[in-house]
Amino acid sequence: MAAIRGVSAKKFGLKDKKSALPYLLLAPGLLYLTVFFIYPIISLGQMSTKTSSGETGQYKQSFRFTNYIDAFLESKEQFSRSFIYATIATLLALAIAYPLAYAIAFKSGKWKNVLLVLIVAPFFTSFLLRTVAWKQILGEEGPVIKVLRGLHIISPQTTLTATSFAVVTGLAYNFLPFMTLPLYASLERIDPRTLEASGDLYANGFTTFRKVTLPLSMPGVVAGTLLTFIPAAGDYVNAAILGSPSNKMLGNVIDARFFKIVDYPTAAALSFTLMAAILILVTVYIRKAGTEELV
Amino acid sequence: MAVDASTSARGDLILKNLTKSYGEFNAVDDLSLVIPKGSFFALLGPSGCGKTTTLRMVAGLEEPTAGSIFVGETDITDMKPYKRPVNTVFQNYALFPHLSIFENIAFGLRRRGISDAEVKSAVDKVLNLVELPQLATRKPNQLSGGQQQRIAVARAIVNRPALLLLDEPLGALDLKLRRQMQIELKWIQTEIGITFVHVTHDQEEAMTMADTIAVMNKGKIEQMGSPEDLYDSPKTAFVANFLGQSNLIPGQISGNDGNNLVVDLFGTKVSVPKARCSAPGTSVLVGIRPEKFRVAPEGKSASGNVLTGGKISDVSYIGVSTQYLVEMPWGKELMVFEQNDDNEEMLRKGEKVTLSWEPIFTFALDGNENAAAGSQ
Amino acid sequence: MKKLTRWFSKNLIKVYAFLGFTYLFIPVFYTFAFSFNDSGRSNLVWKGFTLKNWKNPCGAPEICTALGNSLKIGIISTILATILGTLIAFALGRYKFAGRSSTNLLIFLPMATPEIVLGASLLTMFLNLGITPGLLPTIIAHVMFCISFVVVTVKARIASLDPRLEQAAMDLYANEWQTFRRVTLPLVAPGIAAAALLSFSLSFDDFIITNFNSGTITTFPKFVYTAAARGIPAQANVIGSSMFFIALIVVVVGQVLSNKRKAKI
Repeated sequence: MAAIRGVSAKKFGLKDKKSALPYLLLAPGLLYLTVFFIYPIISLGQMSTKTSSGETGQYKQSFRFTNYIDAFLESKEQFSRSFIYATIATLLALAIAYPLAYAIAFKSGKWKNVLLVLIVAPFFTSFLLRTVAWKQILGEEGPVIKVLRGLHIISPQTTLTATSFAVVTGLAYNFLPFMTLPLYASLERIDPRTLEASGDLYANGFTTFRKVTLPLSMPGVVAGTLLTFIPAAGDYVNAAILGSPSNKMLGNVIDARFFKIVDYPTAAALSFTLMAAILILVTVYIRKAGTEELV
Repeated sequence: MAVDASTSARGDLILKNLTKSYGEFNAVDDLSLVIPKGSFFALLGPSGCGKTTTLRMVAGLEEPTAGSIFVGETDITDMKPYKRPVNTVFQNYALFPHLSIFENIAFGLRRRGISDAEVKSAVDKVLNLVELPQLATRKPNQLSGGQQQRIAVARAIVNRPALLLLDEPLGALDLKLRRQMQIELKWIQTEIGITFVHVTHDQEEAMTMADTIAVMNKGKIEQMGSPEDLYDSPKTAFVANFLGQSNLIPGQISGNDGNNLVVDLFGTKVSVPKARCSAPGTSVLVGIRPEKFRVAPEGKSASGNVLTGGKISDVSYIGVSTQYLVEMPWGKELMVFEQNDDNEEMLRKGEKVTLSWEPIFTFALDGNENAAAGSQ
Repeated sequence: MKKLTRWFSKNLIKVYAFLGFTYLFIPVFYTFAFSFNDSGRSNLVWKGFTLKNWKNPCGAPEICTALGNSLKIGIISTILATILGTLIAFALGRYKFAGRSSTNLLIFLPMATPEIVLGASLLTMFLNLGITPGLLPTIIAHVMFCISFVVVTVKARIASLDPRLEQAAMDLYANEWQTFRRVTLPLVAPGIAAAALLSFSLSFDDFIITNFNSGTITTFPKFVYTAAARGIPAQANVIGSSMFFIALIVVVVGQVLSNKRKAKI
């Protein structure tokens, strides 16, 4: 056993001399993250338990943990909406991205690199321009409404924008590369000969997919769903541009509380609740899905 | 850039009590060795025996836990790799992918501050030596495995080190190319006269190329000597089985006969030269190489050492030779290689045979050794 | 008919992929098409083809200030994040040290935190310290969230580097600094370049964190967001499309260069 440990340390090429160099290399970046990531999160936590001290924008620390309960009760509708929208958008993105990733991994031959660039290329245009484009495409003056009304698929009164449909499809669209690329990466690692072996052992196409491809691509599925769900749950741009006030997500509430109704403690409490909820969901999900390596 | 004086040290390579431990495990265990200047030396052994670790310690890529390394009078034990008069040919060649072949070879020369004109002349010379002058402007990934291997050698020897270390450099080549490279490397070594230390697990390769071989097992040297010495007079079962193949038969020394010992093998008396016996006591393992046996149908007269009562249990025709497994009365099988150089018919399975061999080809080991050690 | 259905089932995936790619590009085509719209101030309805938006991309008020800010913030953040992140990546990829798992966690957390939490927490800290939101706080924020992505990208490149190449360099008389300069750095450089590009695009396109920390400074995404209600000017489409084409060219050139390096004769 010690022999194997010794050999693998040797092969990894890690220097086994004790020196200060790695710590010097790490110090600037880690210090930066501590000051500008950890410390702000702590500030946010502190802010979440403050109360107003009379003047706008001035607060005093009162350890008022009921801020959390108040905030949650006030915004529970937007809270649940954020998670529902994010879940549906994630599933939608998975449904769209999986066959796409599969096609590139297995059926693209010499076009593989071109297709990979094409998957990412649309996202070189600004996130906001894309979302606004969808708003205009799905909007009253856009072609989609005209066609659907003309074909009598929808009634003259229904609109596509300012609906939850638009918000969810916007979310799914905007986070597609975060879903597609991890899926592609893990599908790409599957040796096509395993799939051939499955066929050789009497499995038809669907069974091969169910019993071989899908399980082997699970790390990609987990990574992709996490990378999509987390930003989607906290997003508010899609809701603001593609939705109406009845589609507001938690992000919109937090944004409003910071800038329109100046109420930092509530906003901070909401942010923390969002982060905590995501953390819990993610931990449960990872345990269930059973993968270890994320980064 | 001044050239470090240490890189011009010259002399024999001397390892003294060299040890490398990982916790409780000793990869290299108290190894002491002298490799004479200008020789082609092979470190031979199975994987995990410590030969690569030893090589890397000489190169400076691994720190010894104890012991010292000298090149002539210069102690290089604690020197960084770039100060040692030693260059390495790596197992996977480790050619720099972002540099041309010319720059790869010139790398070591440039680090030592050698002028452009001298660099060009040295690189051209060594490219001609390995017969690849046309590849100077190519990149490593455009070369075949055999070409990369030769460039890796060129990159090392252009620096005229005291020692060239080769870490299983022919492992990735196919058989024919490997044989060709073995001859070429040997030729290069005799041409330029640098000490070569070649690490390999392939005993045929070691015997073909090396002047001296050290057989390593579990971090220690089992035996060191010329290929002939090791092959004809192995001193341990490991060496007997690892180099070529051996039949080892337990017996007892029963007497003396001038330069020979008389050994009793399950009732039959055979003669063993004293010079080839390394057993301390009377319990021995008598060794005969399979190609030394003569096998004939029972009844035919036989000379030399003779063992009767054998029965053919397996026959393999290999073209050049026929391999027989002969079951002996004491229950074990002996291996026999008969060259197909006469018109005699192949023997058949089940036939009763007599084995004989010239006594001077016999060797004897300590009877307490594990007869299976080193067999692959 | 049977032939058609057979072809269809064999190539279902390919048909689907084609549809998928078309769907991906719809907003891009739309944005590009409407950059030629003779729209005046409201770019919602097609009024006619014109090149004047392309000839005068700064025509809309404030748009080029916003673009300039985005570029300024992007370049500065990229430089800083790439340096800090690359140093960390080398430490993680080439050295043994205590606290490796804590370091990995600290790198991972910003990537896993929703942007709104990142933006809000930084704003809270700045307010507590009495710093008004503006250009510097935005740059600070961008560097923060880009570091992790740089680390992941560069670390992956370092991991693919055969450590024996560095050993070979030292065997050939290069000391530690020379080995780094002549072997390690050139071979890791493509990874660092990719990390820098990634960092720039994340910074340029960022809205949420920027919105929280930039105060009165506009960036390009902020400009589009505020203009979205009344209709964004066609010049924004021009700029957006240009960024798309520039990015596409950069990626394609990068691919061609790396393929050339790998080409066998």
